[in-house]
Amino acid sequence: MKRQMNHPADAQNTGALLRASRWRLWEPLLWLAVMFAPLVFKSHALLVNEIAIVAMFALSLDLILGYTGIVSLGHAAFLGFGAYSAALFAKHLNPDPLLGLAVGTAAATVLGALCSFTIQRGSDLTRLMVTLGVSLILYELANKLDWLTGGADGLQGVTMGPLLGRFEFDLYGQTAAWYSLTVLLLIFLLSRRLVHSPFGATLEAVRDNRLRAMAIGIPVGARLSVVYTVAAGIAGAAGALLAQTTGFAALDIFSFERSADLMLILVIGGIGWLYGGLAGALVFILMREGIASITPQYWTFWIGLFLVVLVLVGRDRLLRPWTWFGKARNQSGKPAGERQ
Amino acid sequence: MSAPTVLRAENLVKRFGGITATDNVTLDVVKGARHALIGPNGAGKTTLINLLTGVLPPTSGRIILDGADITQLAPHQRVRRGMVRTFQINQLFGSFTPLETLAMTVSQHMGLGRRWWQPLGAEAEVRRRCEDLLGQFHLGDVRNVKTEHLAYGKRRLLEIAIALACEPRVLLLDEPVAGVPPGEREELLRTVAALPADVSVLLIEHDMDLVFEFARFITVLVNGALLTEGEPDAIANDPQVKAVYLGHGEAVGL
Amino acid sequence: MLTILFDGIAYGMLLFILAVGLSVTMGLMNFINLAHGAFAMLGGYLTVVLMQRFGWPFLLCLPVSFVGTALVGALLERTLYRPMYGKPHLDQVLFSIGLAFMAVAATDYFMGSQQQIMQLPDWLRGRTELFGGALGMGHYRLFIIAVCAALTVGLQLVLSRTRFGSQLRASVDDAVVARGMGINVNLVFAATFAVGSGLAGLGGALSAEVLGLDPTFPLKFMIYFLIVVAVGGTSSITGPLLAALLLGIADVAGKYYIPKLGAFIVYSFMIVILLWRPQGLFSRLGGGK
Repeated sequence: MKRQMNHPADAQNTGALLRASRWRLWEPLLWLAVMFAPLVFKSHALLVNEIAIVAMFALSLDLILGYTGIVSLGHAAFLGFGAYSAALFAKHLNPDPLLGLAVGTAAATVLGALCSFTIQRGSDLTRLMVTLGVSLILYELANKLDWLTGGADGLQGVTMGPLLGRFEFDLYGQTAAWYSLTVLLLIFLLSRRLVHSPFGATLEAVRDNRLRAMAIGIPVGARLSVVYTVAAGIAGAAGALLAQTTGFAALDIFSFERSADLMLILVIGGIGWLYGGLAGALVFILMREGIASITPQYWTFWIGLFLVVLVLVGRDRLLRPWTWFGKARNQSGKPAGERQ
Repeated sequence: MSAPTVLRAENLVKRFGGITATDNVTLDVVKGARHALIGPNGAGKTTLINLLTGVLPPTSGRIILDGADITQLAPHQRVRRGMVRTFQINQLFGSFTPLETLAMTVSQHMGLGRRWWQPLGAEAEVRRRCEDLLGQFHLGDVRNVKTEHLAYGKRRLLEIAIALACEPRVLLLDEPVAGVPPGEREELLRTVAALPADVSVLLIEHDMDLVFEFARFITVLVNGALLTEGEPDAIANDPQVKAVYLGHGEAVGL
Repeated sequence: MLTILFDGIAYGMLLFILAVGLSVTMGLMNFINLAHGAFAMLGGYLTVVLMQRFGWPFLLCLPVSFVGTALVGALLERTLYRPMYGKPHLDQVLFSIGLAFMAVAATDYFMGSQQQIMQLPDWLRGRTELFGGALGMGHYRLFIIAVCAALTVGLQLVLSRTRFGSQLRASVDDAVVARGMGINVNLVFAATFAVGSGLAGLGGALSAEVLGLDPTFPLKFMIYFLIVVAVGGTSSITGPLLAALLLGIADVAGKYYIPKLGAFIVYSFMIVILLWRPQGLFSRLGGGK
């Protein structure tokens, strides 16, 4: 076989393959703007904080749903487990935020690793059931172990120490917002590396055609476990941030509604392109603030209607014009062309 | 047979409820083989491939690759040991382009599948192998077209290119030219014929022209059991084989 | 203990009637319909309204809730569900969650969020004690068991003895081949969906007294229906029946003997079963779709 070190077409190939991982011009600008948000929207810093946390949660789901094709209705299990772990740690052991963040993330990661056995086999329905089941079990546990978790009242009175020993959590929430945004950015950068790597490509291969992925030597089970564990860890981090910045942890964090809302958020923003979580979180929370002030009780109805219309019209037709060129991969997560 | 056996199916049996899909089949594929597996529809050829590759567990029997018993190994582990297959119905990655598909496959094969910090395609060796494959399979001009938008003939070529990207030592081709329009068949046939001599190939085919052009050894499977096997001339003149095919009303170039 | 078994069986049979439509729909159309509970809720509210506002007798409301819900199901199948059949499971999940949310909110708006009180006729109240009190059979629960058993037998007969039944079974096995054989698969889908929804509606009417009825019904009990389908499989109706009975008994027994852990037991069992047999406890199919 001829061994040419540089085919004439090599530059072309390199360009095509690496295009997806290159930073677009608008991206650093976007992140710069994002990091300034707590300053610009000082009185809404708590809202910015919430958007950052939800965006992180949605990003973690995108890794397993958008990139690997695992349909999960119980991702809130990891959010909640991270939240309660961090809250309990702060309350009983050490109020340092970063330590608590590490604890929450670690706890959720371990849980994710354990649960990753549950998503290996079976149909989509089985996976749905099992993931939902886990989050409901945690709900029940948190409910019943009320001496630890505060039960239905939730875990109250979580006061955090200053961040990095210097920055107190202020009432406006600016410190909280910057804290969450920084963590979000870090997680985003790491996730970005991951999805554009060979590892990330094998995840998408598993999503597109599990049978063929096996047939080219990809250890599908191992891949599922790893990505599920990582996603659980990130969700746990988001949960820890939530507990730390709001000062409490409530039962409804494990609820089915949370997981369903999350899926909606990700779908609004678009699955499979990492920014979907951020976009979806922004749109969803702003919509909620807007609509909730008009019809607070019937928010569920409009969400439901939106979902129905969205799916009937077609998820991939949602407005994301910048994905029509330059994006290498399909975003809709639809099954591969010729599956038997 | 003077060449050593690389792949051996030993007394393979597969039962589904009351149906015996594979009936005590023993099959040897030698090194460098151009070995065809033929038989009427429903003879159990694809089932046999599924057993060999580990997609289906056998009811009983063993599979030996390069002298090692691989019966308990998972499909992806068998691929790592050099046994790769193609599918009768294209099994591709719809959202990937051919370049991306091959880059991913080659990376996985080269052991880079767990590398998460470097972009796909950063490795020059990966790119080089992709370019070779794209050229070999005439996919160069469609390298950046999403698989779901490719014409059928190109998809079929990609189907086989993916298998070759894994540098197989034993290649199981399941009806490679099935459904390929006449214009694109020649391309595909030439590629199949140009496979490296040290790759052992087991080919399932219905197209008798291709079989007799390609094969140096033929196994005939009927109702899940081995009817007979031998060199092409012997098979072509075998009255049992003729009966099986003529009895089914198929006009075959025997 | 016998009473617990009895109550569990009643609960299980109720769950079966509620969930059987979902199971068949999944097996037939490969459609994950998380809004199934909304049909049950519809039947329940229909009965309540007819009884309270129009004074209709309970027994009459039951077939009416079946028919009414079946009609709504047929209508929705034709208009909203049909375009969703080929879509990926994620889309179906989102779609049906959306429908469920809409149903919940709409019901809250029109009927209020309080629990609906079902006034059972006198002959259904009361209780018979057997074996010196070891077995206490509420008459209503007896009624439920009787009705559900009759329905189950009826379903089984339809499936195995009628032409529609064999068309349905053929379509479940392989819709493409069934079409090729001249079976009007669309009609089979529509009829099956309608009947399944109707049964859910009937189940909802029956369960209002036992399980309570409020706008959150579809979301609250959805997991139970899904457990029945996931554990019972979608390739038969005996599978879901057995799964429902198991679930009913486990839930009642769990809540009685270990109230602290209650539902936790049920969910854990479900996960263990699904891990052991991902295709369901009683399914004949292998692997997953």
